[in-house]
Amino acid sequence: MDAIREKRDASADQRKRTMGLLARATAAELQAGWQAVEPKPEVHPVRGPETGLIMVRGRVGGGGDAFNLGEATVSRAAVRLASGEVGHGQLLGNDREKARLAAIFDALQQRPEHRQTVLRMVEAIEGRIEVEDRLQAEQTAATRVDFFTMVRGDN
Amino acid sequence: MYVAVKGGEAAIANAHQLLADRRRGDRSLPAISIDQIVAQLGLAVDRVMAEASLYDRELAALAVRQARGDMIEAIFILRAYRTTLPRFGMSVPVDTAAMKIERRVSATYKDLPGGQLLGPTFDYTHRLLDPSLLTDEPVAEPLRRPVDEGSMMRVSDILSGEGLIEGDGQMPQDHVPGDLTREPLEFPLNRDLRLQALARGDEGFLLALAYSTQRGYARTHPFVGEVRIGTVEVEMDIPELGFAVSLGRIQVTECQMVNQFQGSTKTPPQFTRGYGLVFGQSERKAMAMSLVDRALRAKEFGEDIVAPAQDEEFVISHSDNVQATGFVEHLKLPHYVDFQAELDLVRRMRAEYETRAEAEKTGTMREAAE
Amino acid sequence: MAIQSEQQRAATGIYAGAFADPVFQSQSVFKALMDAMARPGTILSLGAAAAPPAPLGAGAGAIALTLCDDGTPVWLSAALAASTVPAWLSFHTGAPLTDVRPEARFVFVEAGGLVPGFDQFALGTQEYPDRSATLVLEIAALQGGLAFTATGPGIRDEVTIAPVGLPDIFLTLWDENRAIFPRGVDLILVAGTDIVCLPRTTKLRRREV
Repeated sequence: MDAIREKRDASADQRKRTMGLLARATAAELQAGWQAVEPKPEVHPVRGPETGLIMVRGRVGGGGDAFNLGEATVSRAAVRLASGEVGHGQLLGNDREKARLAAIFDALQQRPEHRQTVLRMVEAIEGRIEVEDRLQAEQTAATRVDFFTMVRGDN
Repeated sequence: MYVAVKGGEAAIANAHQLLADRRRGDRSLPAISIDQIVAQLGLAVDRVMAEASLYDRELAALAVRQARGDMIEAIFILRAYRTTLPRFGMSVPVDTAAMKIERRVSATYKDLPGGQLLGPTFDYTHRLLDPSLLTDEPVAEPLRRPVDEGSMMRVSDILSGEGLIEGDGQMPQDHVPGDLTREPLEFPLNRDLRLQALARGDEGFLLALAYSTQRGYARTHPFVGEVRIGTVEVEMDIPELGFAVSLGRIQVTECQMVNQFQGSTKTPPQFTRGYGLVFGQSERKAMAMSLVDRALRAKEFGEDIVAPAQDEEFVISHSDNVQATGFVEHLKLPHYVDFQAELDLVRRMRAEYETRAEAEKTGTMREAAE
Repeated sequence: MAIQSEQQRAATGIYAGAFADPVFQSQSVFKALMDAMARPGTILSLGAAAAPPAPLGAGAGAIALTLCDDGTPVWLSAALAASTVPAWLSFHTGAPLTDVRPEARFVFVEAGGLVPGFDQFALGTQEYPDRSATLVLEIAALQGGLAFTATGPGIRDEVTIAPVGLPDIFLTLWDENRAIFPRGVDLILVAGTDIVCLPRTTKLRRREV
């Protein structure tokens, strides 16, 4: 029983991570990923793609109870493959085509024959984000203040 | 009776066409693109997002362009747009402790863990107009330095170790965060609703109120415990999946203002806190918000309410610039009938006044004659 | 593998059954509801149907898709709550489910289900009478039952309704609801994809034979 649950948790973690990276993919990355999918599956829309809002919450004092900070645009889609798998795509912003493609990749990663293609794509996205984050962090680090104390001689 | 309510149609259509022309301006110049506004007027875009209470850089930039740079008009347009969209749900509260930092300074601790990171700040610039920006001179790449791995501990957590600072804000158990976009405000408010109102409040109004507290109208003895700017992950629960999924990152500015508090009969002397959290990069707004948040907590700490910045109904009712501009600007719309009524009234009062004055004069003359 | 296919079947059930053309179909349903609320006692067709999981019906499903969203907590009868309707509603409308009756803005009861007392739901306040619940009750038929004469705003003179499948004490419940005006609940009676609306302003009396 526990083994089954662990396996399911691991696959949920993998799916969560993949969906988070798909949300941060550029339109070009998703388009290129779609070109690489062969053969192209039959995809049916289930919901959307559509744009709406999410109320972004913060925490009082930074770590206290939740408050409503303000909204952000979100685009989302749900699709179903002919084989039955349902995929969900949701990401910040107005790009509904990106949401639709993200949903397709979420569905495809549930198919053994497409899983590796999807994983390779999200690993590339992850690599690109890491490079961007590191560059930004290093540029910020260069603005770090190095305090030093002026030593005054007594004599 | 309503008169002259028609006849404006052609004038309005022509005015809109003229507006479109003036907005475009000199056709020999290239039109400014949305991408350019996002990239080069980023802080204007951020202000529009914060006060429209809608995080979307492209739409905010479009609003700035459409409004010809009139910030409140741009905020108005973006607010109007958000009402056309369905709401999909709430995010998991963003975790500012896990922020990818772009700037972080503390005025209370010189050597705090993670250090003082100045980031892309206007501070320490000379505030001299820069002629190099008159032309498109090449801009050098920023310098890089290896990153000091380690946590960017929040300043409030340093003080809380000693028990000298109040904790993060707690609401009563099972409290559902209020949402002023869904329910009309009823005073007094809880702190969560006040923070939502302040986060979308007018920067200039909050800045002036914050300044007033420093000048003695509800002094709070503030120190900037920490200001941090950076990106945080936005996650939403997907009920069909049974777990929360990241939707991407947004940039926010957070300010922890630390205030000396002498204590009351119920509370020992300690530091209290004001909190500011704003969409985008907006340090001035986050700092002003945290000062006003602290001032508005006067009742909670048993302080006398003596100044405008402590008056919740005054502050929150007047902080929204879309409401404010609507009510002030509506005065220019036709009030022909109202004014006609006032004119009649003033004429009548004037006639009565003159009759009375005349009567008094005649009376005085008669008295003098007798 | 067996588990997964079962999961998938259940999942497909909740993902299907929404409007094929959400914009126009929800507009059609909204207009029908608005007209029916403005003309209490008149039978109107919703003009669109949903295919929600049983035991929620096609008309009630269409009303849910049209009116419910994340800002409208929904209370479901025991039979609906025990079905896959909660997951279907959640996916297609985003409406939160509540089992605290006064928190609900919409209440759904399937045909033949037990109708709770109206005063257990939000009745609004004197200042905000609109903060009240709308009850969507599926019944067997809108015609052919015990006849009531309806009068009130939106009704010229009077109109007769004869719904089949309302609880025996319906008239008592409705009179009590009338008595607290401007507070009170509003009713949408649904049979198939036809509706009759009874806003709180409508007076009902048993029709004399």
